[in-house]
This record gives sequence, structure tokens and C-alpha cells, in this order.
Amino acid sequence: MAVAAEQKTDKLYGQAPKETTQFQQIVRRFLRNKAAVVGLIVLLLMYLVAIFAPYLASESLDAMNIPARFTPPSLEHPFGTDNLGRDVLSRMIWGSRVSLSVGFVAMTMAVAIGSLVGAVAGFYGGTWIDILLMRLAEAISIIPVFFLLITVVSVIRPSIFNIMLVIGVTSWPGLAQIVRSQFLSLRQRDFTEASRAMGASDARLIFRHILPNAAGPIIVSATLRIGSAILTESSLSFLGLGTQPPLTSWGQMLSQGRPFLLQAPWVSIFPGLAIFIVVICFNFVGDGLRDALDPKMKR
Amino acid sequence: MGRYLLKRVLNMIPLLILATLLSFSIMQLAPGGPEKVLLAAEDATLDPSRIEELRERWGLNDPIPVQYVRWLGNVLTGDFGRSYFYRKPVSEVIGSALPATLQLQSIALFLTYLIALPLGIISAVRQYSKLDYAVTGLAFAGQAAPSFWVAILLIWGVAMKSNGLIPTNGIATPGVNFETYGWLSVLADRAKYMILPLTVMVFGSLTSLTRYMRSSMLEVLKEDYIRTARAKGLAEKVVVYKHALRNALLPVISISGGLLSSMVGGAVITETIFSWPGIGRVGFDAVTQRDYNVSMAIMLMSGVLTLIGFLLVDIAYVWVDPRIKYD
Repeated sequence: MAVAAEQKTDKLYGQAPKETTQFQQIVRRFLRNKAAVVGLIVLLLMYLVAIFAPYLASESLDAMNIPARFTPPSLEHPFGTDNLGRDVLSRMIWGSRVSLSVGFVAMTMAVAIGSLVGAVAGFYGGTWIDILLMRLAEAISIIPVFFLLITVVSVIRPSIFNIMLVIGVTSWPGLAQIVRSQFLSLRQRDFTEASRAMGASDARLIFRHILPNAAGPIIVSATLRIGSAILTESSLSFLGLGTQPPLTSWGQMLSQGRPFLLQAPWVSIFPGLAIFIVVICFNFVGDGLRDALDPKMKR
Repeated sequence: MGRYLLKRVLNMIPLLILATLLSFSIMQLAPGGPEKVLLAAEDATLDPSRIEELRERWGLNDPIPVQYVRWLGNVLTGDFGRSYFYRKPVSEVIGSALPATLQLQSIALFLTYLIALPLGIISAVRQYSKLDYAVTGLAFAGQAAPSFWVAILLIWGVAMKSNGLIPTNGIATPGVNFETYGWLSVLADRAKYMILPLTVMVFGSLTSLTRYMRSSMLEVLKEDYIRTARAKGLAEKVVVYKHALRNALLPVISISGGLLSSMVGGAVITETIFSWPGIGRVGFDAVTQRDYNVSMAIMLMSGVLTLIGFLLVDIAYVWVDPRIKYD
């Protein structure tokens, strides 16, 4: 017992502890989470594939070859061909550009709106503006989101830009509530009081002092949101309300392969697998980030 | 408690009005109303005078605020208007689709809780065991797998290889009725059609509930009073199921309210894939056919459902945690 305690003291005081910045500690905690690291690597690879699609796809998006339709997976066509003889793998590589960017753009929009609304509501917590903004967020969140989405998309012609816009504009309320609760507690901290006493304006307090302190939960929720935005886009495309030809996305490919499920299951199964892998990786990374940014919340 | 609930209910009214106003405005912004869809279906030539006539008859030429107030007034008297597409009262359209959805959803909800709660508890109690890893992995998979992909995998991998034993669409075999076949075969027939949709739905909603149950159980098991309970020699079963579970249920209850409403959205995809004649499909058709009255009724219904979910959460809180008092 005594020896153990001594060793412990030795560890604590014996040698000067290495100076580490908070950022380094976060990175170290993140790297310890294997699932998150693997997820991050897979995602980086997928985004590289999307960026270099023109060099990687062996065939163009619409290279039809009717005699070769429904070729099962082979060396020439690793994921087989579809009903028009198009190479499934090549189309998936092209489609990754839509699927992967939708998530990013929609998330950026949701985070921008959600943080702004949540920040203002939380900073002025209890005033009429807080009540107004939160009521609006609540009203949007009691409308079934997916139903609202198909309504909006069927009203404004479906196109990838519109899809990104709609997903972004409808998915901010949850984030706004998270940011608001952060602001409600942060605005009472000493550092806020101190800057206020030094004459900082409200805008400066919100954006320079409080928002950076609320960054952790925002980053975590943003990461998880990219995954769910990708899922939403694929669901819309599956219903025919998403990405429209000549462009393609994984959800759309899956839906196009559905009538031929019996003859050529690979046309649907591989794009679905890609969605699954991307979303699960975003969830791994999001979970890893949460544990790394806030070790107290580790479950 | 009674006064608190009354206040909550009164607070919901402006929320519902705001939500329906938003939905109403979005829908009416659509270029081309229900008359275009209808007439295009009847014949290819669109006669402008007929369009005008229909729009006038349905009151679609009035300004949006006027139409909204008229709609709201009618709803308050219990009149949801007529469906332009089905040419029937909306209440009839919804009334005929609702039972199928309720039947599926209530069973799915029941199964979800029945499976998710024990799964979450066991994997928390045996943290880092093989079972825990399996459950956590399954939860991650369920959260990431698109429901339509799971459905397609099931249709391809299970239904198509079952020689027609597991049907992939519809709700019942035509002609199988109580009179000629008896209730047992009718029940078996219905159950057969529910296997795939139920699997997809339960797999999708199971995951978040399991993860919540697991993490809140883990947190509670670290508390001092649990150590006390163990120290005074209580059986582990009593500690887990009597002392810990009650507190661990609180966060789980708080997300249950949202589960109700997310099921309406989920119904759109599941019902479309499996041709289940329920609200999700009716809603999807209503949206694409610009059948405003039906869409609005469904929006309102699911908004009310969500709020009822939140209210039930409040009530359940008091029931589980006597420390909480509303006044």
C-alpha cells in the first residue's frame, strides 16, 4: 500500500510533467479511441475518392452498354453493372460527390442557423426574443421533419442544391436548443462578467467570448448531423424526391436498382452499403470527439 | 399537477397554430395546385377556364391568410375539408388509413421497448463483456443503416428465399377472412405480412433507446447510493432492478416523447416499400398530389401526437421520480 502510494507520488512529482496544450490532450484522447480513428481514416479516403472521381472512375457516369447489363460483380466490374449496363462502382464513385457534399453543406447551414439562434436566445435568455426564437424552434420541431421535407421538396423542384437547403433549414432547432443551454450557463460565468465590465459589446461577448466556449457540443453535434443529413438525402432520393438524373447519389442508385432486386441485387446493395459505412463512420468520429472534448461525459 | 398540466396544454395551442401556419404557407407556395394534378390525370389538355372554375370552387384564389383562417375555423368545428384527390371527406380518407398504421406502429413501439430496455440494462450491468460489445455494435449499425436498405436486404435475403412464405407487400392475403378461415388463420396471415415491416421499424428505433438505456444505467450504477445498497448486502438483482433502474429510466423517458412523432415520419418509407396501406403512404401521396387538406390534417395530427408525447413524458416523470413536483 505504502509502496504504491510512493510510486504514485513519484509519478506525480518525481519528474516535471510534460507541458501539453489543451488541443494536444484532446488529440491524444481522440487517438486512443480506435473506432473513431478508423472512422476518420475511412472518411478521409472516401472524400479523397469523391474529389478525385474523374481519375478513379473507370467509366463515365452514363456509359451505357446494354449487352453487358446485369453483369454480376467480376474483376472488370467489381460491383457489377445495372439495367443499362453501367458500371455500378463507377457510378458510385461519381455519386459519392453528391452524397458526401450534401451532408457537409446541409450541416454547415444547420450549424450556422442553429448556433446563431441558440446564441442569441441563450444570451438574452428569458427576454421576449428568447421566447420568440425558442417557440419558433419548437414549432418547427413538432412538425414531423421528414414529412415537412417531402412537402418542401415537392414544392420547390428537387435538386441537390434545394435538398441541401431544405435539410439545413429544417434541422437547426435541436442544435439551437443545445447552444442555448450552453449560453444560459456561460453568460453567468466570471469571464463573461469581466469582459462585460470592461465594456465589451453584446456582439463581442457572444462571438468572441462565449461562442468559443460552447464549441465542443457544437462540433460533436455537427459531426453526428452530417451522417443524419446523408441519411435524409438518401431517403429523399429513394422516394424520387432527391437527386435527379443526370446526377446520381447513392440513395438514387439504390432506388433505381429496386425493381431488379431478384436478377441483380448488387445494383441496390452496394450503394446502400456505402451509405451505411459513411454514416457509421461519422457516428464513430462524433462519439470519439465527444469523449475527447469532454472527458467528464465519457460513458 | 392538474394546474400544471392545464397550463402545458394551453401553452400548446399557440405552438400548434404556429406549426400549422408554417406548414400551410409552405404548401400553398407550390406552383400548380391540386387542380392541375387532377385535370392532368383526367385528360392531357388543360383548359384554363376549367382550372379557373375549380380554383374558384375550392377557394384557392383567396389570399393565403384568408384560406388559413377558413381552414382553422373549419378544423375547430371538426371539419377537415375534402380530399381533392380521393374526392371524399378528409376524415374518411384518414379514418380508413389510420387503423393499418396504428396496428403496425403500436406493435413496433411495444416490441422496441420490450427489446431495447433489457438489452440496454444487461449491457450496462456487464459493461465491456462480449455481450456489451455486441449490443453496442448492433446499436451503431442500426443507427447508421438506412431503413430502406435494411428493407431491401430483408426482401432480397429473406423474403425472396422463403418461397412466398414471407410476403413483401400488402397487409393481408385477399380472401382470407374470419367467416371461412377462422380467426387463427386470419391472425397468422396478418402476422405473416407484418414480419418484414416490423423488423425494419424495430431495428431502426431500437438503437437510440438501447444506447440511452445503457448509458444512463452506467451513470446511475456509479452513484454512491448504489454502493451503499451493495455494501449493506442487498442482492445484485435488487440493486440493479429496484434501486438503479428507477433512476436510470428518467433520461429514457425524456426521449420517448420524440419517438412517437419520429414514427410518423418513418412510416412514409416503411409503408411505401412494403405497400402498407397506412397514413405514411396516404401522406406521401397527398404531398405529391398537392392534396392540401389531407396533408394539413396529417401534419396537425402528428403535431398533436408529438405534444401528447411530451405531456405523457411529464406525467411519467412524476410517476417514476417522486422528487419531481409540478405546481
